[in-house]
Amino acid sequence: MNMPANAPITHIRSRTAVLAHENIDTDRIIPARFLTTTERAGLGRFAFNDWRYDANGKPDPSFALNQPAARGCEILVAGRNFGCGSSREHAPWALLDFGIKVVLSSEIADIFRNNALKNGLLAVVLDGPEHRYLLAHPGIELAIDVAQQTIELPDGGRFGFALDAFAKHCLLAGVDQLGFLIAHNDAIDTFERRRGEAA
Amino acid sequence: MAARTLLDKLWDAHVVKAATAATPGVLYVDLHLIHEVTSPQAFAELRARGLGVRCPERTLATLDHSTPTTPFDDLGQPVYASEEAAAQVAELEKNCAQFGIRLNGWNSDHRGIVHVIGPELGATQPGMTIVCGDSHTSTHGAFGALAFGIGTTEVGHVLATQCLLQNKPKSLAIEVSGDLPANCSAKDLVLHIIGQIGVNGGTGYVIEYRGAAIRALSMEERMTVCNMSIEAGARAGLIAPDQTTFDYLRDRPYAPQGEDWGRAVTQWSTLASDAGASFDRVVHIDATRVRPTVTYGTHPGMVVALDANVPAPTSLQERRALEYMRVEAGKPLAGTAVDVVFVGSCTNSRISDLRAAADVLRGRTLAARVRMLVVPGSLAIKHEAEREGLDQVFRAAGAEWREPGCSMCIAMNGDLAQPGQLVVSTSNRNFEGRQGPGARTVLASPAVAAASAVAGHLTDPQSLLQEQAA
Ligand code: SF4
Repeated sequence: MNMPANAPITHIRSRTAVLAHENIDTDRIIPARFLTTTERAGLGRFAFNDWRYDANGKPDPSFALNQPAARGCEILVAGRNFGCGSSREHAPWALLDFGIKVVLSSEIADIFRNNALKNGLLAVVLDGPEHRYLLAHPGIELAIDVAQQTIELPDGGRFGFALDAFAKHCLLAGVDQLGFLIAHNDAIDTFERRRGEAA
Repeated sequence: MAARTLLDKLWDAHVVKAATAATPGVLYVDLHLIHEVTSPQAFAELRARGLGVRCPERTLATLDHSTPTTPFDDLGQPVYASEEAAAQVAELEKNCAQFGIRLNGWNSDHRGIVHVIGPELGATQPGMTIVCGDSHTSTHGAFGALAFGIGTTEVGHVLATQCLLQNKPKSLAIEVSGDLPANCSAKDLVLHIIGQIGVNGGTGYVIEYRGAAIRALSMEERMTVCNMSIEAGARAGLIAPDQTTFDYLRDRPYAPQGEDWGRAVTQWSTLASDAGASFDRVVHIDATRVRPTVTYGTHPGMVVALDANVPAPTSLQERRALEYMRVEAGKPLAGTAVDVVFVGSCTNSRISDLRAAADVLRGRTLAARVRMLVVPGSLAIKHEAEREGLDQVFRAAGAEWREPGCSMCIAMNGDLAQPGQLVVSTSNRNFEGRQGPGARTVLASPAVAAASAVAGHLTDPQSLLQEQAA
């Protein structure tokens, strides 16, 4: 039962890449025609496919993540309401495989955020001023401390972010959530029995 | 006991273990719907861990997303758009066989879009918790069930434990007063609502739709409304069950039968928010102000009444959206040339939707150049439509009458629009490229979609009559 959970995530230090667009939906993160896979690995090559490549399959140089400065960036700063739309978990899988480890936005859609955290992709909602600052300064290096829930700027300035206690615990300890659920088997049995009797 | 909302009641009845400050609650799932696209990796996880499916009898599978909507070939086999799609379906067939899960597969009379067949079979019932690896699971909330979309990791959780780790969402009451105008449908209403509260207006909430205008809707119309809750960011939409709900469910194959039926109805009748229950947020909508409504941008919150002027963009994104859509601010969308019309999807592929489209098309033909696909939500709907002769109406008008499935709603089965084409679609998402790379989507009701197919440009049935009389 002790299966590989996600690797623990404690600190991330990286430059940022910025996609300032609002409402980046999961169809944009990975178009539906790439969902016929039965695997979860290797989806990074389809990340932002129709944005990243032109109609002939050539990388579009105007797309932020194609620019040389974005190479190797692990932190994506995105406009409001990132990850809206379809529940496809292929979206965080594709981002992680692409090399993104953190998504920062002023608002992140519920299902996406849930899926992200289950895969060890840190999805953090920032307050307006901090979000606006990061949107306006692409490429700066951030140091994220998950335990302290802080983001440090290059000039030493630092601000905090909110993180659900359980999500934080899972990230720091690489907790396997299915294992955690299975540990409740007795309670689930009891629940089913109680309901069976009530019916 | 303090006054409770419908959400409170549904939640409380399914808590296996309450949340603490450090851990989320454990919530029991009554019905788990699965389909070929979001389940293979979950089954792989079960196998890797040597786990079984805890409650195969609470799990129901269908094929819908990547399946072809063209007829079978000469050998009676489906013709897939790709080998990968075929392999994905084969994988689900294998997984269901191995784990003892009912699959409404190619041989089933109940095959269809997951959110269409659940209600149609009576598997969807008031008071249940229902999940599926699909965001439009919100559809089932029309029955007073707490129904929401989950990711594939969570599909694995439910398969293995029949439970989910969940924190309770907040509650949003949308009070819809007044009568919906006769020329408006549930689709117009829900597009209007999303336009009012925004694509992120429901984030973190479960919406309960309330009020006279909601009570007046049929079950199929209620499903259309709840279906699009997710387009406002809400994971779930709810409508308290009433006589309309019970009448719909009675005698459906999976509904309680005999003496169980009466007991069920008594219990279901308790499923309403108590008088005085408080919601975290309340929004009021006046149904009398709704007009035939469509989207003009690239998310479902960019809506406009068909005859009103497209509003000026208020952000860079909105300006980009208008460019992508080739739509001009300050002008009405009515009159915009149309290339493709799609009637289908879990939003609007039920028999009443097909009737609405057929009523407009009867005795008319599509405008030259317009391609129209009509894709019933299930095989049962297809057969019913054929009994009523609707297929003849569609064919006579020049539309394609298809096999059931998601089809051009998600365009992953080969049904797709070409770059630049304008699609009037009864589906739920107008994201860039959703219906094919570069395709431009205008979301609309079945009646508006059909009228636009005849006119060759965006219009509603009333205006079509006037145009044709002129
Ligand atoms: S019809 Fe469209 S929205 Fe509905 S389940 Fe299928 S792909 Fe999803």
